[in-house]
Amino acid sequence: MVEIIVKMLFIVLVMMGALLPLITWVERKQAAIMQDRIGANRADLFGIRAIGLLHPAADVLKLITKEDVVPRGANRVLHVLAPVIALVPAIVTLAVIPFGGTYRFGGSDLKLVVADIDWGMLYVLAVGSIATYGAVIAGWASNNNWSLLGSMRASSQMISYEVTMGLSIVGLFMVFGTLRLPEMAAAQDQTFRLLGFLELLGVASPLPAWLDWIRLPAWGIFLQPLGFLLFLACIMAENKRPPFDAPEGESEIIAGYHMEYSGMRFGLFYTAEFLEVPVIGALVATLFLGGWAVPWLSQATIVGGVSQAFGEGFATGFCLIVHVLTFLAKVVFMIWLQMLIRWTLPRFRYDQVMDLCWKIILPLSIANVFVTGGLILLVEGLR
Amino acid sequence: MRALLFYVFGALSVAGALGMVLNVRNTVAGAMSLVLCMVALGGVYVLLDAYLVGVLQILVYAGAIVVLFLFVVMLLNLRGEQLGPERQLPAKVLGVAAAGVMLLAFLVLQPALAPAAELAPGFGGYRAVGLALFTDWVLAFEATSLLLLAAMIGAVVLAKRKID
Repeated sequence: MVEIIVKMLFIVLVMMGALLPLITWVERKQAAIMQDRIGANRADLFGIRAIGLLHPAADVLKLITKEDVVPRGANRVLHVLAPVIALVPAIVTLAVIPFGGTYRFGGSDLKLVVADIDWGMLYVLAVGSIATYGAVIAGWASNNNWSLLGSMRASSQMISYEVTMGLSIVGLFMVFGTLRLPEMAAAQDQTFRLLGFLELLGVASPLPAWLDWIRLPAWGIFLQPLGFLLFLACIMAENKRPPFDAPEGESEIIAGYHMEYSGMRFGLFYTAEFLEVPVIGALVATLFLGGWAVPWLSQATIVGGVSQAFGEGFATGFCLIVHVLTFLAKVVFMIWLQMLIRWTLPRFRYDQVMDLCWKIILPLSIANVFVTGGLILLVEGLR
Repeated sequence: MRALLFYVFGALSVAGALGMVLNVRNTVAGAMSLVLCMVALGGVYVLLDAYLVGVLQILVYAGAIVVLFLFVVMLLNLRGEQLGPERQLPAKVLGVAAAGVMLLAFLVLQPALAPAAELAPGFGGYRAVGLALFTDWVLAFEATSLLLLAAMIGAVVLAKRKID
């Protein structure tokens, strides 16, 4: 029980306490750099500006102290409920994401994931599908036509991308043979021979030793490159941030579904959107970038190498810290990538968003499933 | 703990279902009650060790189908007044009566329940369900997919004004 609470506190504090405020700063600063201007540096405390790092604190103060307006004719209960429905799924997704592997201390195993459930990835999809209601209900309950337009866009966009998001990772399930996220991450803590297929085909068997050395980490991105691109597009569309922000579309429908929200209620939508950035980062890192695994250095290698000099217990602890830091580094990389996409691409027109989903991503995901299945059968057959 | 959670989720699902029937005037609130009912049912399934059914209940019914309901309700701006009192009242009466029957059944049957049978390892997981679905029940599975395909083709034909 204590162990679970400590793990929960760790992942929530890292994501919500450290990464979330930093992301609001990164968003502004990266925008400023990419648009060749100086950017957020106006919030100061006794003249100390700290390269704009005080802006997150100023944001929170501003949102908390602003008046909370519920428009006339709005459905009060649903208006209050909607931001909560939007935020909670982003937080509870963290429960199944492993931020480290399994470590043996003394006689007991320490598993760095809050809930190690057999249907972990289905849980992520199910929880994500509930988040749709946040946007949909917010627009309807506001009693405003612009908001309603935004929530119509949100509901059709999110439901479409949910379908393709599930399909785009079926290939990954087939490769790893599991839906359990810690097992997926552990499976990526290995390498595979880039030219191993030559041996299978009988061209060169056994493979010459120098070709045997050309190895890639067995990450999802190398085993399912198309799946990675499709999944990233789908999950970014689910988050409704640019270039998929048609539900908000400032230049068309003012602010879409959260137009009639103010103060901290708007802050909750804002938090949900920004929290999903590191959550998406963590999810993509776990599925496709090897999770906590250090490339080319498996857990056994690290523990074995360090324990020769410092002993088993120290080596395991060292490995744990290295793995958690590797995981966080990958999350930070994915955040940077999402910010880069966000400030590079302009908003898709609404029909383009739907076309991309149903006419491009859906057929490609289904093709990916069949090609992956065929390749798996071929490799099994040749073995 | 498990029994307590089971009753909590069971009560929530009945409350959600009742909320949907009694909220005829406010269709969106009714749909949200249906979501509550579906999510609570998912919880009940998980507590009964039917993990896959539970998570699919939330993913498919709560997460997708009711969103489509809501989409249609908002698109057509459906209000309860369009139903008329002569159709609202029977729905409410039947809903409350069904809840009453459920409560009665619970009170009468609950003492007579036998202890649960031992489950096979992996019961209710995606492996067990998948194996059962594609070996013992493959005919039913294929028949269902044929039915869905027919429904899909029907919808396309109806939606397309001119077949070229």
